[in-house]
Amino acid sequence: MAYQPDRSQYPQPGADGKLDIDLTSGKYLKLWQGPQHPGITGNMAVELTVCGDEVVEGKVHVGYLHRGFEKLMERRTFIQCFPIVCRICVPEPDFNEYCYAAAVEELAGIEIPEQARWIRALILEMGRINSFLMYCGGQAGSYGMGVISQWTTYVRDLMLDRFEELTGARIYHMFILPGGVRDTLPEGFAQRMEETLREIEITMKDVYETMYCNAVFKKRTVGLGVIDPELLDSYGVTGPNARAAGVAKDVRKDQPYLIYPELDFEPILGQDSDIYTRADLRRQDILQSVDLVRQILAKMPKEGPVMSKLPNVLHWKIPRGETYIRGECSRGEYGYYLVTDGSGFPRRVNVRGPSYTHAMSLLERMIVNINIADVAGLMVSLHTYPPEIER
Amino acid sequence: MSALSIEGRHIGLPLRETKWMREFYTKLAKQFPLGELTEQRDNLAFISIEQPQLRPLLMHLRDKEGFSHLVLLTAVDWIEEGHFQLTYLLSNRTNGTDIGLRLMISRDDALMESIHDIWPTAATYQRELREMFGIDFPDSPGVYEDFILEGWNNIPPYRRDFDTLEFSTENFAQRPGRETKDPAQHMKQQLYPDGA
Repeated sequence: MAYQPDRSQYPQPGADGKLDIDLTSGKYLKLWQGPQHPGITGNMAVELTVCGDEVVEGKVHVGYLHRGFEKLMERRTFIQCFPIVCRICVPEPDFNEYCYAAAVEELAGIEIPEQARWIRALILEMGRINSFLMYCGGQAGSYGMGVISQWTTYVRDLMLDRFEELTGARIYHMFILPGGVRDTLPEGFAQRMEETLREIEITMKDVYETMYCNAVFKKRTVGLGVIDPELLDSYGVTGPNARAAGVAKDVRKDQPYLIYPELDFEPILGQDSDIYTRADLRRQDILQSVDLVRQILAKMPKEGPVMSKLPNVLHWKIPRGETYIRGECSRGEYGYYLVTDGSGFPRRVNVRGPSYTHAMSLLERMIVNINIADVAGLMVSLHTYPPEIER
Repeated sequence: MSALSIEGRHIGLPLRETKWMREFYTKLAKQFPLGELTEQRDNLAFISIEQPQLRPLLMHLRDKEGFSHLVLLTAVDWIEEGHFQLTYLLSNRTNGTDIGLRLMISRDDALMESIHDIWPTAATYQRELREMFGIDFPDSPGVYEDFILEGWNNIPPYRRDFDTLEFSTENFAQRPGRETKDPAQHMKQQLYPDGA
């Protein structure tokens, strides 16, 4: 990490601003980080050009997970798209369900029952906790602390149990349908959820003491991978990556959706915008989401319908229109741009995943001049999921 | 106004009328020639524009009106009408509003100026649009490099005239034992193997 003050041996930018890298000189080496990588960044690759142990250029390659979801949806009816959307993001699939359902509801003019709005928010917060727990394990793993991921995977599994009893599925829930949600909370759910939340709090205390107070972790992450707050808008940075830079970008507050105006919370902000700040902010976000789940369970109506009365879903035709629906997922702004043309099929569905901007243009910019050993930590600290880039 | 319909019958609630957007549109229309306004929600509107207005309008919205966040840039293929719709969606965080700029370009000569100098992140969107829709953005960094597809030599796959079913039938073989059976015929075969 400590760079030599003499930079003469590193490439200098030419007149066009590009680095003068002559691969035949023997000074540089091409190195591939990925596409198979033990971190949680999923299958993407960064083609590094290194000089000594310092990265001088990085190029992101994606496409390993492309399944053409957006195109597939154009051949399916609105309800048939439903099992597809959640598969766009594995660790946090519920935002796809919510954004897609809300976009269809808005264009079709469907209003959902009050209780469904609370259950949707509950599911989204549960998903957020899971996604952050997975991130904690990945971030620790990228700095050689394998045990943290075992602890967080354990509590994530408890949360998956709650998902299973609520929705019937552990990973892809397919629970938030246009018109509402599929079912009410099972008997005794709130109590079992409280036990899970307590377990998460205990584990996060252990994780804090072991990972966040660890001298090596601090030494390697403080001051590294700083995102300049001035770059946030030009690079489309949202979510915890922006909040760690001190900018309170949070869709739950900026454009409140579902029942978030009725919950008591403030976006958690960081200041230093480095890897440590982002990691610590996400740890606090887990605890905030734990509190939000408690608030939702305490305030939500205990009875009432959860699904609107809808006509036969196989024969829907939605008039020509377009809309954009966004939500604050664990990585930032997640959105669906839906265009309809009056037929029974969507004309175009475009998924705006936060990783699209974080993992491409931003990562390529940030990766320059860092040490090879810190690349994995930096990639994980941006909390990117490649399927969102490729859809 | 949108509403769910089945066989021409409208079901569901009409959308809310908005005021803020209309005032903003009137203000903006004094400076730029604007096309149709579609008020989708009280905080989301779409405005149709022509190509020459794109750059000055984007600069104005970003620098003067606080729409500093480029949410997305994408295309819609209106093949029947012979054009692509480019949608530039901008967001203003301070008042929580979004504006989508709709711009139609010809399908036959799909060419658009790049906006990577206004938002560097637009280069990624433009690279994807060139690959998936065949819309060219000259001067956009890395726009001719493969993004998601590798060695693709067919028509751009997100165009409406690209048939996914035909492509997969031509290029991929069914694994033995994975044949699709007609359920009625299959049951008949199972129940009456002799054809009785």
